[in-house]
Amino acid sequence: MNLLLPIEKLADWLVIDVFRVAVDSRAAEALSFFIYDTIKIFLLLLVIIFAISWLRSFISPNQVRRLLVRKQGWIGNILAALLGVATPFCSCSAIPMFLGLVEAGVPVGVTLSFLIASPMVNEVAVGMLFSIFGIKIAGLYILGGLVIAIVAGLIIGLMKPEQLLEMSIVQGNQPTDMQIASPTWSDRMASAWQYTADIIKKIWPYILIGVGLGAWVHSYVPASFLNLIAGANHWYGVPLATLLGIPLYANAAGIMPLVQVLVGKGVAMGTALSFMMAVTALSLPELIILRRVMKLRLIGIFVGVVGAGIIIIGYWFNFLLR
Amino acid sequence: MNTIEVLGSGCAKCQKLHEQVTKIVSELGLDIPVSYSSDVQRIVALGLMQSPVLLINSKPVLVGIIPNPIQLQKIIQDNLSVE
Repeated sequence: MNLLLPIEKLADWLVIDVFRVAVDSRAAEALSFFIYDTIKIFLLLLVIIFAISWLRSFISPNQVRRLLVRKQGWIGNILAALLGVATPFCSCSAIPMFLGLVEAGVPVGVTLSFLIASPMVNEVAVGMLFSIFGIKIAGLYILGGLVIAIVAGLIIGLMKPEQLLEMSIVQGNQPTDMQIASPTWSDRMASAWQYTADIIKKIWPYILIGVGLGAWVHSYVPASFLNLIAGANHWYGVPLATLLGIPLYANAAGIMPLVQVLVGKGVAMGTALSFMMAVTALSLPELIILRRVMKLRLIGIFVGVVGAGIIIIGYWFNFLLR
Repeated sequence: MNTIEVLGSGCAKCQKLHEQVTKIVSELGLDIPVSYSSDVQRIVALGLMQSPVLLINSKPVLVGIIPNPIQLQKIIQDNLSVE
């Protein structure tokens, strides 16, 4: 059964019977695309963000630290990347999180696996990809993000990054664990709901802009015009998209309209996903914040390794999704 | 003597919390200065890893989130000691 069929019917009814747009006209097509996509995306986002933030209430930063302390080698990196996906990310917390983990004895490479995965695989990015492009693309994005976080953390870990930290960071401290009362079921539901509402309030204009542009491209831009932008599918498309993503700082919702339009205009999916990954994982403001704890050389290594990872994954996606 | 302090990493969210707390304190007519520190080491020394942190009488009462103004006011009132 197609769960989305009622939305399709609703969109058609609104366009034809309520707004009285001529049937089979371009305007009708664009409008019904807009209404259908908007309702679908909001419904799916609501469910996905709520589910993710509810699940997240089971993992606190202190638990992350307890799990990662003294985990050496690749197991630490894998666990760190998975925990990064499972915890919410705010650039405000990047520095305290970094210091808290490193000072407690978590290796720098493992800490970086966490700090790469956390912003890249976030609930808005996954929710938007799932709503617009489906489960396969969202799944590939999560998988790609995890692989980059794990491998980049491992590689950086081999380069003795401990010597490239900015301040004299005392490692191996026994952290004082804050004892915070564990929340009840209704607390978890309430805070997940609050979090979901906050996010939707923040991102709804981007979604409307994105879907509006998508609807316009879908119905009005002729297919021949798409060939003009096909330049983005040359070999240099992926590195170019990655480079363009670094100076941009936006959340996944802000980037999604662009991604949707690019893909609508024929840009390869892997190229578009590389762009999105570069925006979320390698943003300039983020790097400036990290400069407070890392020497410039380590920042350079970080950008180089993560950037290379994003480019390789982009090519791989383009190959897979041909 | 009550003390109220916001610890942050200098980010927008941290400054917003500082502004909101300052506003609520003055609306309540309390004569307590609200200070702001961007010394991240202090957050870590408290065993915390999220920012911003709201400290009332040196005790962390909010970590990493900004609640709505009504909840924020309640948290502030509940944690101040009566003089």
